[in-house]
Amino acid sequence: MEFIGEKLLQVVIALAIFAAVIGLIMLLVDRAPKSVKDKVTVAGFLAPAAILMLVGLVYPAVRTSMLAFTDAGGNANGFDNFVWMFTQPEALTTLRNTVIWTVLVPLLSTSFGLAYAVFIDKARGERVLKSLVFMPMAISFVGAGIIWKLVYDYRGPNIEQTGVINFFRDALGMDPKQFLLDAPENTFFLIIVMVWIQTGFAMVILSAAIKGVPVELIEAARLDGANAWQQFRNVTIPGIRGALVVVLTTITIATLKVFDIVRTMTAGNYDTSVVANEMYTQAFRAGEPGRGAALALVLFLMVLPIVVYNARVLRKQREIH
Amino acid sequence: MTATPAPQEASKATRQRPGSDPTEDAQPIMRRVKTKLTSKWATAAAIIIAVVWSVPTFGLFVTSFRPAAKQVGPRSDGWWNAFIDWDFTFKNYVDVLTPAGSQSANLSQYFVNSIAIVIPVTIFVLVLASMAAYVFAWGKFKGRDALFIFVFALQIIPLQMALIPLLQFFTQTLQLPAGSYAQLWIAHTMFGLPLGIFLLHNFISEIPGEVIEAARVDGAGHSTIFWRIILPLSVPALASLAIFQFLWVWNDLLVALVFSGGTADVAPITQRLAEISGTRGARDYLNPAAAFVSIIIPLLVFFGLQRYFVRGLLSGGLKG
Repeated sequence: MEFIGEKLLQVVIALAIFAAVIGLIMLLVDRAPKSVKDKVTVAGFLAPAAILMLVGLVYPAVRTSMLAFTDAGGNANGFDNFVWMFTQPEALTTLRNTVIWTVLVPLLSTSFGLAYAVFIDKARGERVLKSLVFMPMAISFVGAGIIWKLVYDYRGPNIEQTGVINFFRDALGMDPKQFLLDAPENTFFLIIVMVWIQTGFAMVILSAAIKGVPVELIEAARLDGANAWQQFRNVTIPGIRGALVVVLTTITIATLKVFDIVRTMTAGNYDTSVVANEMYTQAFRAGEPGRGAALALVLFLMVLPIVVYNARVLRKQREIH
Repeated sequence: MTATPAPQEASKATRQRPGSDPTEDAQPIMRRVKTKLTSKWATAAAIIIAVVWSVPTFGLFVTSFRPAAKQVGPRSDGWWNAFIDWDFTFKNYVDVLTPAGSQSANLSQYFVNSIAIVIPVTIFVLVLASMAAYVFAWGKFKGRDALFIFVFALQIIPLQMALIPLLQFFTQTLQLPAGSYAQLWIAHTMFGLPLGIFLLHNFISEIPGEVIEAARVDGAGHSTIFWRIILPLSVPALASLAIFQFLWVWNDLLVALVFSGGTADVAPITQRLAEISGTRGARDYLNPAAAFVSIIIPLLVFFGLQRYFVRGLLSGGLKG
């Protein structure tokens, strides 16, 4: 087990260097002359994070945007990559799948999460029930991929099925199904994995929001003769609107970026590829960094309106502050 | 989250009010929801969801203890049969963890790698993000709010967009040695900062201004205020972010694929897991055990610190 010592040493050295850098910044901030002290503080506290984000996110994003207009050899080729994306059948399938993902995952996750949050609200064992649905959030997409491959497991007809769903199909007298191979519905079966993961997130946020709706409002609605559905529809839903928007947008963004599930379950084969996966395939496997970059750019543009919307909500809230 | 018992009682009474005979309603959808909100049907539906959500993981867990012959090949059957045969073994776990030639999963090495990657990254992000968040919340400089919105918006840049230029930057400009953790540490820290700053800012900006003003009057400088007042008061938010960061880095595959080089010296456990599950072969029966080894730490962290995790989600999601 001597490898542990060696690896530990690397970790210790890294932490020591980091502590030294931070210590130096603090020293500079404290020793700065009074006239510029506030400016030095802002600079010193912000600089490390700012530099890392500039180098790690802003600069690469700009580079990638430029790369999107070049061919495999690095020569400018105008909009060829985008023409490819919107004309080639396989690229169009990728785009179509991405749209299906971004519509279905937020909708289904939020619906299941909201229903579950309402059903178990103040129920006995609420915490345990929450944990069960929330748990997939902690599992990696790779792990989830293996878990669901097992669920979808397929073996030929007339032998014992090892996958849960095919076992039930068998029991009901249906033929076993190759869930991950049969296009186009296989995309839907991959989507279920993402819904399985994201529902817990929706449920936790919405559950807390529901508990935050003032009891007096519900009481008032009840006294006005509203039934349970009307109370839910007219009091609870408006009361948790902010949380609903956040849940929907957050899951939409996560879904647009989804890569690991498709990568581990089908590797994008059988017409299941999505933009985030195709980008990796084109850039790192097919030797087409330009196409990969173009796909990345399209992804960014799809996500942009959602962020602008979120940022505006954020700005509004800061103004109220 | 900290509702007093009294309103809870009150709303319980609200929900279980008498005379809510479902047959009175004309519209079927209204009737259905009303029934679920007020009766045992809600519990039944909740239990069904809970079971459907738990069975996949439970199936993996049971399968991971089944002998090879029961998992693959002509004599194999579904994991639920394990409760009839009662045939369990630890051999799969021994096989995936112990090194035995290049063909073995050798997971213990990768497991240590994951720990060696995740701990420094978590510390880096916590310290750097809280420093930036402090300035965004309490510093005074031109364009502060615009810059903060910009940082928030950075979360949106897909990782894929950053990978190619960043890899070139690491290997060509910085000449970072291949086969060390440095690339992974830095890359993960970069990608973790926007969300970290955002989450901590929400919390730090809620700290009462009088507390900071009082310290300033007593002659405390910015670094003293930061270390002695801001950080101790932000422990709940720091704990939430730490859990996020931990889970995120531990579960990552994409960053690892690009920056680790894939060797047992550096690569994390998810990458190894993707590798061994991606190739179909005679050793397929080890996949469930390997998957479980990789998810056990996140699950422990999750169940042990769920309170902080939920709090983090809420402050990131609801406060804004």
